[in-house]
Amino acid sequence: MTLGDQLSDRVKQVPPSGIRKFFELAEEVDDVISLGVGEPDFSAPWAARTAAIDSLERGKTSYTSNRGMRELREAISERVTRYGQEYDPEDEIIVTTGASEAVDLAFRAFVDPGDVVAIPQPSYISYTPGAIFAGGEPLPVPTRAEDEFTLTPEALEAAGADEADVLVLCYPNNPTGAVMSDDELADVASFVRDHDLVVLSDEIYSDLRYEDDHASIATHPGMRERTIVFNGFSKAYAMTGLRLGYAMGPPGAIDAMNKVHQYAMLSAPTTAQYAALEALRSCDDSVDEMRREYDRRRRFVLARFEEMGLDCFEAKGAFYVFPEAPDGDDEAFAEGLLEEQNVALVPGSVFGEGGEGHLRVSYATGMRELREAMDRIEAYVSD
Amino acid sequence: MDKQSLLDLLRHDARESVDDIARQLGADAEAVAAALEELEEDGVIRGYQAVVDWNNVDEEHVRAQVEVDVELDRETGYEEIARRIARFPEVATLRLVSGDYDFFIEVEGASMHAVSNFVSERIAPIPEVTKTVTHFVMDSYKEEGIELGDGDDDDRLSVSP
Repeated sequence: MTLGDQLSDRVKQVPPSGIRKFFELAEEVDDVISLGVGEPDFSAPWAARTAAIDSLERGKTSYTSNRGMRELREAISERVTRYGQEYDPEDEIIVTTGASEAVDLAFRAFVDPGDVVAIPQPSYISYTPGAIFAGGEPLPVPTRAEDEFTLTPEALEAAGADEADVLVLCYPNNPTGAVMSDDELADVASFVRDHDLVVLSDEIYSDLRYEDDHASIATHPGMRERTIVFNGFSKAYAMTGLRLGYAMGPPGAIDAMNKVHQYAMLSAPTTAQYAALEALRSCDDSVDEMRREYDRRRRFVLARFEEMGLDCFEAKGAFYVFPEAPDGDDEAFAEGLLEEQNVALVPGSVFGEGGEGHLRVSYATGMRELREAMDRIEAYVSD
Repeated sequence: MDKQSLLDLLRHDARESVDDIARQLGADAEAVAAALEELEEDGVIRGYQAVVDWNNVDEEHVRAQVEVDVELDRETGYEEIARRIARFPEVATLRLVSGDYDFFIEVEGASMHAVSNFVSERIAPIPEVTKTVTHFVMDSYKEEGIELGDGDDDDRLSVSP
């Protein structure tokens, strides 16, 4: 007997991550400039870091309540009112080990074996495996460049999502940088109500929207009771390594997720909870400053792509833009660029259907590197 | 053209090209060039200089911060004294400050001798100057918002989801 034979079908069903392959290729190249990074290049705001240190000095190293510190849930509840969201800190919010854990909890709480999970693509790479690990059947819903990668009822219909049980949403979007307006979300909400779906709305990039304010599907009529909203501190507060996120939804749903969470995780890391509390209390200025910096880089990258003739829609959120690969072969382009110009980015096909022929370019990198990377991409394109 | 954004960018990196600034601000290059000219003409931008880490320069370069007390009389004000001191090329910075002394001067020279000579022979003899205290700079960790030193490596994974 070898342990490999004993692996569960679920685990075997999930192929190795395509992003891993590019990571390994990039690791072999010296002096690589990477536009392939999915996390901020800033550090967490100083006040948040100090709060974490202070909590350690005061010996705050035990578990917290399963759902997270009460004060933190209250601060979260207060914070999300700016998106028009209202959740009771008592039983409608759960603090998790990154928004990733929250998404996993929701899959396990809502997906029965054979349930269909509709996943608009290109998408963040965790949703499909997460649905499979929970026993669900992922249903890819391709979004299109001509729609600027927003989700439409037509796309849902065409993919057969009317038969689905769960719909995953992620706007502002990784990998495309796409955002959805309230009107566009209203159309999706109407489809969701008509076909009685549960929505898992990953809003981790909600603070990184550059042309307008964040809009959430959960605030649409009849949607609060069928939506779980995910958010966290990784992106806006540059706290990826502290692993802290949260989920919000109706009491019964959060209870169910807490049931999984209390056995699997017990509670989110205490030190990170103190950092998060301080982040919510005093770090708005840092977030604004980071947002301004991202926005300048976003404009810079979009302008350079336009000038070098790379087609790219005007991404308005997260810290990604999603240009077309000049000859349509995203993998060949990404590999060639890495080999010849030492610039790493991620081919769009890694992110599922609809991503092929595109490139995810992250601008979570300093202006100096960004400028050099753009010069190198231009040299590669015009070669 | 939002001049504050333009100033923010230049304060961070004054060597950015007009084209790159325009791209970041979503403006056209002509508008940026015009705004720059206006800022210069209005005396908002007084110059563009390199931030030098003297630790990495072979030639000796000495800096001192000098506190200066002055006594004013009916005919002489701060402005007049300041104009006189500012004229010396050795004076890199001159500010009127609140607190225990009146003027803060940063003096630069090729040696400690040159700097102390300058203070004792050019500053101290000014009739209104009653006292000087000279602090030689021993090391510098940050200049003009730029940390000196090796900096932190980017320890993020080169490619991540």
